[in-house]
Amino acid sequence: MGDAKLVDRADERLKSAAGIGGAILAFLDRVRSGDLGSLPVIIGLIIICSVFQSLNTVFLSPSNIVNLLYDSSTIGVISLGIVCILMVGEIDLSVGSVSGFASALLGVLWVNTGIPVFLAIIAAILAGAVIGLFYAFLFNRFGMPSFVSTLAGLLAVLGLQLYLLGESGSINLPYGSPLVNLGQSLFVPPALAYLLGALAGLALFWRSWRTAARRRNANLSAQSLHILVGRAIVITVVLEAAVFYLNRGRGVPLMLVVFLALVVLLDYALTRTQWGRAVKAVGGNREAARRAGINVRRIYTSAFVLCAVFAAIGGVLSSARLASASQQAGTGDVNLDAIAAAVIGGTSLFGGRGNAYSALLGIIVIQAISSGLTLLDLSSSLRYMITGAVLAIAVIVDSLARRSRVSHGRA
Amino acid sequence: MTAQGTPVLSLHGISKHFGAVSALTDIELDVHAGEVVALVGDNGAGKSTLVKILAGVHAPSAGRIAFQGREVTLPDPAAALSLGIATVFQDLALCENLDVVANIFLGRELSPYALDEVAMEIKAWTLLQELSARIPSLRETVASLSGGQRQTVAIARSLLLEPKLILLDEPTAALGVAQTAEVLDLIERVRDRGLGVLMISHNMEDVRAVADRIVVLRLGRNNGIFYPDASNHELVSAITGAGENAVSRRAARRSTRDSSLGETA
Repeated sequence: MGDAKLVDRADERLKSAAGIGGAILAFLDRVRSGDLGSLPVIIGLIIICSVFQSLNTVFLSPSNIVNLLYDSSTIGVISLGIVCILMVGEIDLSVGSVSGFASALLGVLWVNTGIPVFLAIIAAILAGAVIGLFYAFLFNRFGMPSFVSTLAGLLAVLGLQLYLLGESGSINLPYGSPLVNLGQSLFVPPALAYLLGALAGLALFWRSWRTAARRRNANLSAQSLHILVGRAIVITVVLEAAVFYLNRGRGVPLMLVVFLALVVLLDYALTRTQWGRAVKAVGGNREAARRAGINVRRIYTSAFVLCAVFAAIGGVLSSARLASASQQAGTGDVNLDAIAAAVIGGTSLFGGRGNAYSALLGIIVIQAISSGLTLLDLSSSLRYMITGAVLAIAVIVDSLARRSRVSHGRA
Repeated sequence: MTAQGTPVLSLHGISKHFGAVSALTDIELDVHAGEVVALVGDNGAGKSTLVKILAGVHAPSAGRIAFQGREVTLPDPAAALSLGIATVFQDLALCENLDVVANIFLGRELSPYALDEVAMEIKAWTLLQELSARIPSLRETVASLSGGQRQTVAIARSLLLEPKLILLDEPTAALGVAQTAEVLDLIERVRDRGLGVLMISHNMEDVRAVADRIVVLRLGRNNGIFYPDASNHELVSAITGAGENAVSRRAARRSTRDSSLGETA
């Protein structure tokens, strides 16, 4: 193979992992040492789907999947914010309230005051940013633990939401407006959806192929063309199959595409920018990050603000989904669902470890459970218990995997 | 070796209090370009505190710091780094959840909005090869590295910025024999490139091997400046503060035993 000449393969202690067999072996090795990645959540999703499908055949029908993904998109966006804040090792318990407040503000400004809808949306998102800034101020200036400040914020912001909605308690958003259509009836044209799926596969291939070429030029080890092509083909096929399946129902919801775009954007920011590197460093070892010259306070501020902004966007989307801004928006299990989704998807509660895709995978698990239980006509008491148990299991897996990583030198 | 001109770093009357405890009192210290200054002292002499002040981790309670002739303040680590003071800390200050490349480039990544991983990895390999480092893979997290390997990563990181002054807090404490020699070679190479080096060490052999001047701290105060030709006895007395101490008693015991053995033989 000529591996011996490669700069990063020169050390004789390295186990060489060449070709497809080597890649599989390396993967198994990673899993065994506790670097689980998305594996538990995918296995969990398969189990959940088979159980519910065997209990009720409607579960995996295209129309139910479309609804499930529609509902996933709103809380999923909130969960993206939770990923940001968990990455720096903090928490925001008030995302539900912030999302409800954002939807109330949207309703008041747009419907009651008559301000153009896009300005109302921008105002709602800015309001979220201000709340995040305030948490960051409390954290950086007074060292207030984030779970306390945001728990206080949960109540205070909920109060603001109720105050804004006033006596009526609920504002109906006009049917037929673009925002409500986005939440209820806008789908991507089938041809465009197929095209997007193919483009995603191509983009993935092009990027990894270019990286591999540059690495090979620099005499570094690079993945072989077989693996790159194989992976791109698998991902394209999976995406196209999903599009095909959804198109047998109502289609691919535009809101899902918005959510996916945000996921890809956040993933890029976390993995390919200096900011993302700093976020991981702060979450992993705050003092080391400070000594490396990173402005730690600014990183915390950015995480708190992003979290609240994503919560506000999620609030706007869910009010579009429900065509109303009500006192109930953002209450109940929204908070816990958003946090649980990020953790279930594999973002660590201990900071410094996670990715944007965990919000996507995790929220699909949560919504699958919720949808399956609804189809079984189980009471919400049971739903809460089961969702709580799933969250507990996810955190246990996270803690065990962390312990295993420490003992295998991968912490 | 005598260095001329304005010192790279010049400290006047630096003091640091932690509550009622004075960790440092009226420290005076000069480091010239192309000079290795060793900072020695017993545990609690204030060596690490002084390094942390110079790295911008702690702020001094009193005193003036001049860098290249200009008076400066070091409010945070970023300020020290941007002046050209690089530090290798005793507690190594690496992020265990990041890989070697990410740690070396932490805070100064190439192309911040589209990280150039390939270029960073190449540069990281070059740096580590200059240090003759033996690190198997740069894409493993730092958690999987040994103490010596982490030390090498930390030193590689400090060199990345092309600093004017390097602070090394116990650079050889965690290293094996060959790696210690490598690091000492490296310190000499860094000095020959015209940088100032301030190193803390407990190992008198290492200190004597590379230092041009040896500054002794004792209980947070200056306690003399020595040159590598100073005897071990002189150094130890300055460090412990008395001619009569545990080290000298031990040495005396051994020499009497040796001489009595010599007589019987």
